[in-house]
Amino acid sequence: MNNQTENQSRFEEVTHTIKRGGHEKYHEKQAAAGKLFVRKRLELLLDEGSLQEDGLFANQAAGDLPADGVVTGTGKISGRPVCFMANDSTVKAGSWGARTVEKIIRIQETAEKLMIPLLYLVDSAGARITDQLDMFPNRRGAGRIFHNQVRLSGSIPQVCLLFGPSAAGGAYIPAFCDVVIMVEGNASMYLGSPRMAEKVIGEKVSLEEMGGARMHCSVSGCGDILAANEEEAIKQAQDYLSYIPSNFSSAVPVFKQSIPASEKKLSELIPQNQNAPFNMYDAIEALVDGKSFFEIKGLFAPELITGFARLDGKSVGIIANQPKVKGGVLFVDSADKGAKFIQLCDAFNIPLLFLADVPGFMIGTKVERAGIIRHGAKLIAAMSSATVPKISVVVRKAYGAGLYAMSGPAFEPDCCIALPTAQIAVMGPEAAVNAVYSNKIQAIEDPKERIAYVQQKHQEYKEEIDVYKLASELIIDDIVEPDQLRKELITRFNFYSSKRIAPAPKKRSVNPV
Amino acid sequence: MKEIYSSMAGTVFQVLAAEGDTVSKGQTVLVLESMKMEIPVDSEHDGTLKEIKVAVGDFVNEGDILAVLA
Repeated sequence: MNNQTENQSRFEEVTHTIKRGGHEKYHEKQAAAGKLFVRKRLELLLDEGSLQEDGLFANQAAGDLPADGVVTGTGKISGRPVCFMANDSTVKAGSWGARTVEKIIRIQETAEKLMIPLLYLVDSAGARITDQLDMFPNRRGAGRIFHNQVRLSGSIPQVCLLFGPSAAGGAYIPAFCDVVIMVEGNASMYLGSPRMAEKVIGEKVSLEEMGGARMHCSVSGCGDILAANEEEAIKQAQDYLSYIPSNFSSAVPVFKQSIPASEKKLSELIPQNQNAPFNMYDAIEALVDGKSFFEIKGLFAPELITGFARLDGKSVGIIANQPKVKGGVLFVDSADKGAKFIQLCDAFNIPLLFLADVPGFMIGTKVERAGIIRHGAKLIAAMSSATVPKISVVVRKAYGAGLYAMSGPAFEPDCCIALPTAQIAVMGPEAAVNAVYSNKIQAIEDPKERIAYVQQKHQEYKEEIDVYKLASELIIDDIVEPDQLRKELITRFNFYSSKRIAPAPKKRSVNPV
Repeated sequence: MKEIYSSMAGTVFQVLAAEGDTVSKGQTVLVLESMKMEIPVDSEHDGTLKEIKVAVGDFVNEGDILAVLA
């Protein structure tokens, strides 16, 4: 055998071994859990033949740590370049050693230089404790990954696909991403495992209950999208990227316009009775391009709907109250949900559409103790500081600070428009009459007379907050027929696309948290 | 045992089913009034209503058990 063939066969053998990943038994274990091998995931995620890997030979000298348990590189999704890091859980459960961390840091640096999205395909048990001195505390240790994520936030999209565990410190990778897609049954996030919880605090709990995908997508709010399997998660990540630009300064992708999927008319969907529930999803479907609604945090705080859609082929971010759930009242979690989504849209120049049907923020001991004011302030601060085009539509009612949170007139929306049925007020007629005339009402002894008095005051109040009166006072900019709303939104957003707002002179805001 | 919880603080406005009735998942069993809004409370399971723990006019807090399914 000559030198050349010897070199060639060594190269082929080493490369083949690395690309095979960990021991066969771990592949079998993964497959049994419905998990795909890391290279299969990347094959599904990226355009065919577009993958360009970095650091394939990392820690090759160790012998049993192919690629040091993480695949990093660049590739394309629908023709657009992206960077990725993808844990290989067949290699020491996807745990992080020194080279693993270095590879992740380097791909972050690459994504920053190229200004392209970075996808984190996470499936990792966390730090290799045996290697801690090499990967945990140092300048280019694991902490730098999170430091970079914070630095990159808002500059390029950061998307997490959670296929397995993200444990302890590793759980902060999803936490710092713009959006987290979790695979039900396999994805989990936790600072301390159930085993550790039992040892340290004495709690007996299952992984699914404490840190499972469904819990995070519906209770903690750490997850944004719950996928039934890995293929679906990958599809969701691809779809998500179709709504946002490659970085904060590049153009938002534009698609061909399609007509709304729903044949229902907005005018027929909205009940006359202000207090009766209706389904805001139906209204969204009647407004946006067909099948274009892409929901974020659908299972979490469902009294507020957040998601991307397209109007005339162009991305918009929708923030809509859902009267069908909890009356559409804003709570601690819905405020957080709205705040994060608004920041995401504002960061990537996606116009905001507010669909208001909101009785206000929740009151009572329970929410006050949970800091409803502080959480509400987050939502209002995010909405207020967003400089993208903003349209506020009062669909039915906007009472109290609910009007503010939904980008009411004082917060410089490019316009605040109302449907003819809309009511805008500090509070609804019943509550207002009760608050103002409580003593007088109580003083009337004859029940019939009392009812008549209350009804008269209701009527007066309704006239006071009549939508035409509000338009006459220039409080709202327009009254729009429901079935003309889509057309008007498209026209207005087109005009507002050249909007520029100079930032206030300061280093940064001190945001409520 | 499966339970129906209050989704938010409010007053019981209507009770739409009686003890012994069979209910299906997604069926509205009670309506609360809160923040001047009608808040439907749906059963999350199929089952028979074993016990209704509240009456019209009662104040309930978020997370309170309103009814028990057998």
